[in-house]
Amino acid sequence: MINLVNLVKTFGTQKVLNGLNLEVPVGKITAIIGPSGEGKSVLLKHMIGLMRPDSGQVFVEDDDITTLGRTDLNRVREKFGMLFQNAALFDSMSVYENVAFPLQEKTKLSREEIHVKVLEALENVGLRGTGSKFPDELSGGMKKRVGLARALLLNPRIILFDEPTTGLDPIICRAIHQLIKDTHTKYGFTAVIVSHEIPEIFDIADQVAMLYRGEILEMGSAVDIQHSTHPVVSQFISGSLDGPIQFVK
Amino acid sequence: MITLVEKLGALARCVLEEMGRMVTFVLYALYTLVRNPGKPVHIIKQVHFIGAKSTFVIVLTSAFTGMVLGLQGYYTLAKFGSEGMLGSAVALSLIRELGPVLSALMVTGRAGSAITAEIGIKKITEQVDALETMALEPFKYLVSPKIVAAVIAVPLLCAIFDVVGIYGGYLVGVKLLGVNTGAYFHEMYKSVVWKDVYSGVIKSLSFGFLIAWICSYKGYYTDHGAEGVSRATTAAVVMASVCILVCDYFLTAVLL
Ligand SMILES: Nc1ncnc2c1ncn2[C@@H]1O[C@H](COP(=O)(O)OP(=O)(O)OP(=O)(O)O)[C@@H](O)[C@H]1O
Ligand SMILES: [Mg+2]
Repeated sequence: MINLVNLVKTFGTQKVLNGLNLEVPVGKITAIIGPSGEGKSVLLKHMIGLMRPDSGQVFVEDDDITTLGRTDLNRVREKFGMLFQNAALFDSMSVYENVAFPLQEKTKLSREEIHVKVLEALENVGLRGTGSKFPDELSGGMKKRVGLARALLLNPRIILFDEPTTGLDPIICRAIHQLIKDTHTKYGFTAVIVSHEIPEIFDIADQVAMLYRGEILEMGSAVDIQHSTHPVVSQFISGSLDGPIQFVK
Repeated sequence: MITLVEKLGALARCVLEEMGRMVTFVLYALYTLVRNPGKPVHIIKQVHFIGAKSTFVIVLTSAFTGMVLGLQGYYTLAKFGSEGMLGSAVALSLIRELGPVLSALMVTGRAGSAITAEIGIKKITEQVDALETMALEPFKYLVSPKIVAAVIAVPLLCAIFDVVGIYGGYLVGVKLLGVNTGAYFHEMYKSVVWKDVYSGVIKSLSFGFLIAWICSYKGYYTDHGAEGVSRATTAAVVMASVCILVCDYFLTAVLL
């Protein structure tokens, strides 16, 4: 579905992606884990063409989106939904309008049909009755959930989640994972989830990839990764301070 | 010496690059407008914001501009014993020059700065990226409607400015200083020709376009954080005001 080949991305002198290769299989949930600031968000932005690599290719189905112009890129983006790490809600619109916006702009649904869908989407993320609030009146976790409702609503074929549950309490976190899992079973989209929820993420991911030093260090099924013998991977998963990953350099 | 030349060269390159970006920016906005104009409601909202909400400021400034023109004009004309020409002097200076320029400057201060800040904040908080990921064209929502709205609103505001200004001049010249009412309006009718009116309209159309262009461009290419947005806003207001005055000179030279 999405195939990243030899991606290199530098910001100034900082090399964030360093010849990264990754294949995201169709209809599966792929989780990307890795230390903070290693380039997970940057990686997601490459998948949807928000950032262009210095070199390398990004294939979405058969299109290399690094070579596409605006119109073609938009055609490819029709397949996507994305949840940003900071939710990126439209701050001059209410929660209701935020969720309704893509429906109003991209579908021919009537006002009533949109109303039903929006209420249902808000209900699904546990935000019934907050429709009239504005993004700056929400807690961080609530913003995330509005972003999630917005991303799921158009039933896209590929959804990129940048930390869907960071900042949420354990119960909502579980509920959100359940929601992702359920909608996934129902619609069969391809999902890429960047997450720090270890070990919960292993329950919903079909495949896990660990990003480290600009490359995919190890990739495999959730079980493989959990039992990895690679010192970096096992240190990261156990969250131990001793090992090759040095927080204080 | 060489370093000086190098520095000048670098500066020139910088300026050229910025100009190139500005031109591509506006061409893309116009292209979006033609290809994919979007719903009229986006434009109407902007006309309301740029136009309707500026009315009060425009009425206030134009009243005082007209009044001071009345005073100054009377003082000067009285020296030649031709106070009767006051209506013509006030109307011509307003319609040809002060109306378009001052209304555009007021709109820059009130709405232009807001345009830059709004787009800048949307840019740095990834709201623009969010639109892109939905395969929606950000220009369609953020830039093109503002350009159309400014081109509609600024000439209308200018018309209000002219009318209120003329009555301000009337108030001071006729009611306060005793110029004859008939003379005030008759001289005005006699001297203001169609060409004066349309040169004013062309000016304020161009100024409206300039304001929306410069202010949205500066917002779209803002730097980091709140300070970046505040710098962009200042730069936009300064640049738009200067461009209005420079453009005014050249338009006057061409239209005269
Ligand atoms: N637009 C940008 N300009 C310059 N540097 C950037 C930019 N975006 C990201 N970076 C840098 O790239 C690196 C990776 O950032 P990224 O946001 O992808 O991290 P992350 O893996 O998502 O971290 P976290 O888990 O904390 O979200 C960081 O060092 C960051 O400073
Ligand atoms: Mg991140």
